[in-house]
Amino acid sequence: MLTLSSLSPAELRHRMSIDGLRFQTGAFVACVTSPISHVADGLERLYGDYPLRDKHDFVDFYLNLVPVGGLRRWFKPQVQFDHDGLRPFQPLPHDQAFSMFEWALNWCVSGRAHSYLIIHAAVVEKNGRAAILPAPPGSGKSTLCAALVSRGWRLLSDELTLIRIQDGQVVPSPRPISLKNGSIELIGRYAPGTVFSRPVADTAKGTIAHMRPPADSVRRAQETAQPGWIVFPRYVANAAPALIPLPRARAFLKIAENAFNYSLLGAAGFKAVGDLVEATDIFDFSYSALDDAVAVFEQLAGLGA
Amino acid sequence: MKPLPLLLRALRDPRVMAGLTLPDWDLLLRQATAANLTVSLYHLAQEHALLAHIPAHPREHLLWGHVLGERHRQAVRFEAAAIGAALADAGVPLILLKGAAYVLADLPPGPGRLFSDIDILVPKARLDDVENVLKLYGWAGSHLDAYDQRYYRQWMHEIPPMQHMQRQSVLDVHHAILPETAAVRPDPDKLRAAACAVPGMPGVQVLAPVDMVLHSATHLFYDGEFDKGLRDLFDLHRLLQHFGATPAFWDILPRRAHELELARPLFYALRYASLLLGTVVPDSAFHALESARPGRLLLGAMDQLFERALLPAHASCADSFTASAHFLLYMRGNWLRMPPVLLARHLFHKAFLSKSPASAVA
Repeated sequence: MLTLSSLSPAELRHRMSIDGLRFQTGAFVACVTSPISHVADGLERLYGDYPLRDKHDFVDFYLNLVPVGGLRRWFKPQVQFDHDGLRPFQPLPHDQAFSMFEWALNWCVSGRAHSYLIIHAAVVEKNGRAAILPAPPGSGKSTLCAALVSRGWRLLSDELTLIRIQDGQVVPSPRPISLKNGSIELIGRYAPGTVFSRPVADTAKGTIAHMRPPADSVRRAQETAQPGWIVFPRYVANAAPALIPLPRARAFLKIAENAFNYSLLGAAGFKAVGDLVEATDIFDFSYSALDDAVAVFEQLAGLGA
Repeated sequence: MKPLPLLLRALRDPRVMAGLTLPDWDLLLRQATAANLTVSLYHLAQEHALLAHIPAHPREHLLWGHVLGERHRQAVRFEAAAIGAALADAGVPLILLKGAAYVLADLPPGPGRLFSDIDILVPKARLDDVENVLKLYGWAGSHLDAYDQRYYRQWMHEIPPMQHMQRQSVLDVHHAILPETAAVRPDPDKLRAAACAVPGMPGVQVLAPVDMVLHSATHLFYDGEFDKGLRDLFDLHRLLQHFGATPAFWDILPRRAHELELARPLFYALRYASLLLGTVVPDSAFHALESARPGRLLLGAMDQLFERALLPAHASCADSFTASAHFLLYMRGNWLRMPPVLLARHLFHKAFLSKSPASAVA
């Protein structure tokens, strides 16, 4: 199957300027158009393993990252997300164009794909069982996810856990992992050889860089996984790792709170969350060192096998 | 006229959906999203038992829309009950307009229609009581700027939109169907007097069939903004198909239009529904509206404007004159709603004196 890496830099940029670059990300096909070099650079660096799609394929989400016109373009150029004519976001500075693409694609999925319960959570897999890591920003969810992925866990998603309503399976949507500030260097040291997008300073969340997902995770994006564990991670400076079981009723409420479309799904959402907490072992987890955390997850996976 | 966009062909004859290729579906769903009609497509496919003939990928998109539609329908029913309870305290009957009326009365445009506001009609003399009782039930006023307050309360046919403080739902309280400043003022007493109870929904009323069509036509063809134009025209198409099955309907409709001074918007509604969506309209109805038919030149110009503005707001349906057509209709909409001097003053105020664009109401 042809992937993005089969395109020459010139061909990739040509597609992005004409009909759009079409590729498969998990269950969805995206079509991206943009004349802004930051977007092409980011895709080239991080999306090389994604399967290409052609003009005759059905596209789920059209994303155009367009330069904002007017006088501003001469001294402070900006980029705007155009969703097939609709412009739902405020413009951002040009050098955040690739991050904007990532956010925009997440926005498309979380706002539309209602055949899934969509939880704001990272999710990784080992031996066919998925560990779901829901958490608010700042809890170290993405850092932990990046660490696990660099130690052999399969990346299913860093932001959006998709639970298929029909059968409760986790459907992969592997995409680059978004890391902030100190985490970028931390993961760079923890997993030498990791490829990052060019870090962008001064975003609303500080400095941001995206980590290239492992080729194996992208290649196996059509392989679903059975939910195994739900772990609510919390980074606590200098703490020893502590894994504390969480009552199911409490976990139900936390999952519902972290889901984008729980209330929209109505009774189906209630059932999906109920089935999920029934099917999994659930913990609160605090940690400070990545090695300790990875060891705890290895132990979980070993017990579950 | 140019060939019709794919979405219009599917709305005219849903069976078209059974024979589409994947690239067709790609385009159809993009046009439907732009026109806010994806969920309506799902219901058309369902009604004509076509879902099984649709390829898996686009069918999935229709099902995503269906989830949204069901949640919306449930929320509208809940809101209508809450508004009804508040109005009952004021001793005012609940008369629902437009989208909420279609949903509660289970009329054909209802399933799949997504909208952001609930509209109700109350007697002008009872506005203060209604507003007060709604505040007790949790709705708060908006547009607190003094100019906007005057714009609504002195010139418009509704008070500033109210929003429920917990549920964030928006409620438009109308006392008429056209602004106080418009040249034509259909008598709201007549509309309320003819309103009908909804079977199985105690306390809920909707406009009589002919009045419902006239209101929908007036709303669409007196307005200046057409981004939801095709959706509103599709409402008219579905209402006319449904009510038009009773032969007497087509005699009463033009008569009532003349009585309420709404023959011109009805003429436009019948013309463009039949031209664009293939609505079957008996010749007798057009004959009865002959006096409201614009002259040849004006009608030629209007055809040029409406046949662009009523298409889906998607790049695949636009030509080099589309943006100008929208602009001209925007000017026309304002012109119809206000006399020229007042209009000039209003546009000047909105352009230069209002504090934030968010408060723009025109």
